[in-house]
Amino acid sequence: MSERAFPVVFAGHVDHGKSTLVARLVLDTGGFPDGRLDELRRASERRGVPLELSFLLDAFQVERDQAVTIDASRVWFRSPQRRYEVIDAPGHREFVRHAVSAAGDARAAVLVVDAREGVSEQTRRHALLLPLLGVRDAIVVVNKMDAVDFARERFDAVAGEARTLAQRTGLELRAIVPAVARDGDGVVARGARMPWHEGPTLLEALDALPEARRDRDVPMRLPVQDVYRRDEVRIAVGTVDEGVLRAGDDVVILPSGEGSHVEELIAFPAAPERAPAGTAIGVRLRGVPFVRPGDVLADPAAVPAIAEALDVTVFWLGEERLAAGDFAQMRCGTRDTGVVVERIDARIDVATGERVAAEALERNEVYEVRLRCTEPAIVETRPASSLGRFALYRGDAIGGGGLVRAVVNRRARRSSPNVAAQRSGVDAERRAARWGHRGAVVWLTGLPSAGKSTLARELEAALFAAGWNTYVLDGDTVRTGLNGDLGFSAEDRRENVRRVGEVAGLFADSGAIAIVALVSPNAADRDAARAVVPGRFHEVYVRADRATCEARDAKGLYRRAHAGEIADFTGVTAPYEPPAAPELVVDTARRPVEDCAAELVAYVRRVAANDAAPAGAPAVSR
Amino acid sequence: MSDLDELEERAIFVLREAYRRVAPLGMLWSIGKDSTALLWLARKAFLGRVPFPVSLLDTGLEFPEVYAFRDEMIAAWGLEYRNEACPGEAEVDQTLPPAGRAAARKTEGLKQLVRRERWKGVILGIRRDEQATRAKDRVFSPRREDGSWDFRDQPPELWDYYRTAVPDGAHLRIHPLLHWTELDVWRYTQREGIPFCPLYLARDGRRFRSLGESNITFPIASEAATLDALIAELEATTAPERAGRAMDHESEDAFERLRAAGYM
Repeated sequence: MSERAFPVVFAGHVDHGKSTLVARLVLDTGGFPDGRLDELRRASERRGVPLELSFLLDAFQVERDQAVTIDASRVWFRSPQRRYEVIDAPGHREFVRHAVSAAGDARAAVLVVDAREGVSEQTRRHALLLPLLGVRDAIVVVNKMDAVDFARERFDAVAGEARTLAQRTGLELRAIVPAVARDGDGVVARGARMPWHEGPTLLEALDALPEARRDRDVPMRLPVQDVYRRDEVRIAVGTVDEGVLRAGDDVVILPSGEGSHVEELIAFPAAPERAPAGTAIGVRLRGVPFVRPGDVLADPAAVPAIAEALDVTVFWLGEERLAAGDFAQMRCGTRDTGVVVERIDARIDVATGERVAAEALERNEVYEVRLRCTEPAIVETRPASSLGRFALYRGDAIGGGGLVRAVVNRRARRSSPNVAAQRSGVDAERRAARWGHRGAVVWLTGLPSAGKSTLARELEAALFAAGWNTYVLDGDTVRTGLNGDLGFSAEDRRENVRRVGEVAGLFADSGAIAIVALVSPNAADRDAARAVVPGRFHEVYVRADRATCEARDAKGLYRRAHAGEIADFTGVTAPYEPPAAPELVVDTARRPVEDCAAELVAYVRRVAANDAAPAGAPAVSR
Repeated sequence: MSDLDELEERAIFVLREAYRRVAPLGMLWSIGKDSTALLWLARKAFLGRVPFPVSLLDTGLEFPEVYAFRDEMIAAWGLEYRNEACPGEAEVDQTLPPAGRAAARKTEGLKQLVRRERWKGVILGIRRDEQATRAKDRVFSPRREDGSWDFRDQPPELWDYYRTAVPDGAHLRIHPLLHWTELDVWRYTQREGIPFCPLYLARDGRRFRSLGESNITFPIASEAATLDALIAELEATTAPERAGRAMDHESEDAFERLRAAGYM
């Protein structure tokens, strides 16, 4: 038998019998301590009620007197299969925060539903919250079957409601069990009163729940919890969140991005050779890097995102509302970051699952929200990572929590392992047959004022007149929209080129001729764009000497660059790397623009024709 | 990782979180198995030393073996130990049943300790499986200025995120062993080779399963003279751990009243 206790939360609407069901499960598996049943009998008699099993968990006087669970409790029992830690969550709306606190520790849930009432408000709320807390596997118990005369039709109806609910909220229903918790039918023993039920008892269904899987091949992350000093040596301590850390590993310290090297793992009384996920460990880094509590040590091969803003799903538990513009402190991993609610995209309606408009976060409801970070946050978009889950503090207290859905960020470029490219059912041949030509990217690069935009418009007009499907992505145009968040730092320029390359690739995939007019001074960035659409990328060097370009200065930019008003202006104060092997070169300084345009049109009509060979070999023309 | 590894890592995380975020910080050491295992965990968390003072709430009524074990451990582990003499029995609530008065003395002792030291956090070795009201407590559990526990309105705790700050005058009770069971503590004690008070092992057919004041704590019948035998006994038993602690059983709400008033 495994010694590890499997944690299961019992959730559902108030008065549907959760505490009684838990107590029955413990009693019938022999888990009641000596004397406890007598104690409960006395406590029941004192209140003039029949034996109340729920008093096993409802230990507070006020809970017993009012017959309602106020706060979550835990008990342990054993099946023939394994040990269980049962978390009994309160079902009253007033105590959702306690239910949420309890459920965060669970690996699976038992949703208890009264056969008479069926799926009710808190059943729905819990079903919506559980997946947000990382609980996906669920068993539904349709309780109090005696009150509906053990009618199979009633069970089927409630089971149907439960299935619909699970489908909507993302819970995975492992079993649906009819039961009478008070008497024990369907809990551990099958009982004789529901012979029509062919599925498992609750205990059988629990024993069939899968153990948690831990992803093995994930990059190492160590959220730094604190930094201790021992004999003048700084030791970063924390719990390895994912992956494995070993002495000798290279790591990156976030958010600074500084690279370092693990000289030594440190633990008392002896250090392990390797620290797998879950290990509390100390680390001595090479040199004296600047590392602080709240930093993250990460595998340099794949680092978490550093976020300026986040799209999150959040459940709010605070008494005070949280409105757009309000400030909260976010704790994510071991890091505290100030956040401002930038906007509230939607509330998730508990009853219907629909997204509806919301003004502010209200207690016990679930929302989709954008948070703007006042300092960088270090996050993952996988809920399995502790960097993917957060709590929001208002003052001293936790007001809510949630999961990171997306990083809203210029720098975030790591694709999530959960995202897999989907192949379209319409292939390139069928698209080519429809349009009469193949999709392609025609990439015009050259100095500012070399004539790229002019040629692009000419090409677009000519192709369109010929019935082709084509569109121009112009550098200035995309900067007003798609890339409106980017500036002119080296990094932002690279990102500008990358995005245009990706978008052009999508146009080409759709069968269109994407015409890009972009300075794109770095050869490496253009090569990256080429890699997006192998075989369909046509690099066109729009050549013009600098004197000609300066003389044209269509936008007055050269003049401003010389005046020092524009930093790092390509051709003046920043380098331009001419293509080494472009598919086509057109020289606008030496030939009339009409000739250049005609040559370009002819080239594209040739290479993108339906019977053309794939591009690759340079077809240089002067 | 084994189940004991997981419990250990979580306890260390909580200890480090307390040390990082709550100051000044102290720890209660009853000299029993739980808080001694917790001291060992603190040495692990802080790489060999315990960086905060540890106190016994001393009623003067502990068993002699307990005091002897305490003195050994202070020397062996280099602990910063502060004995806290509890107020006399005459100074506590006289409506409490007699066995509850020792607990009330400790409650008062803890209050005076926290007030004098201005502790914002007190680390304790209580566990959920000991007692049904402890089962409902939090890992970081706020106490009001008078030390009382507002169990009707406990703050949320999400995953590893806790409430780590409280208003002036109030303090936090920090419970790194909350998720452990009695058997977990003994298996861990065995695995790690943690010293423990010899009264837990059987002598002449009797041993103490839980240690409290000598006048209100009673041994159980047991032949478990070794740690292996003790663990085997616990794996088979259905008797509750605190059956020998008279203070729990004088009335249905005895323990709840004690805890609401600030008992551990």
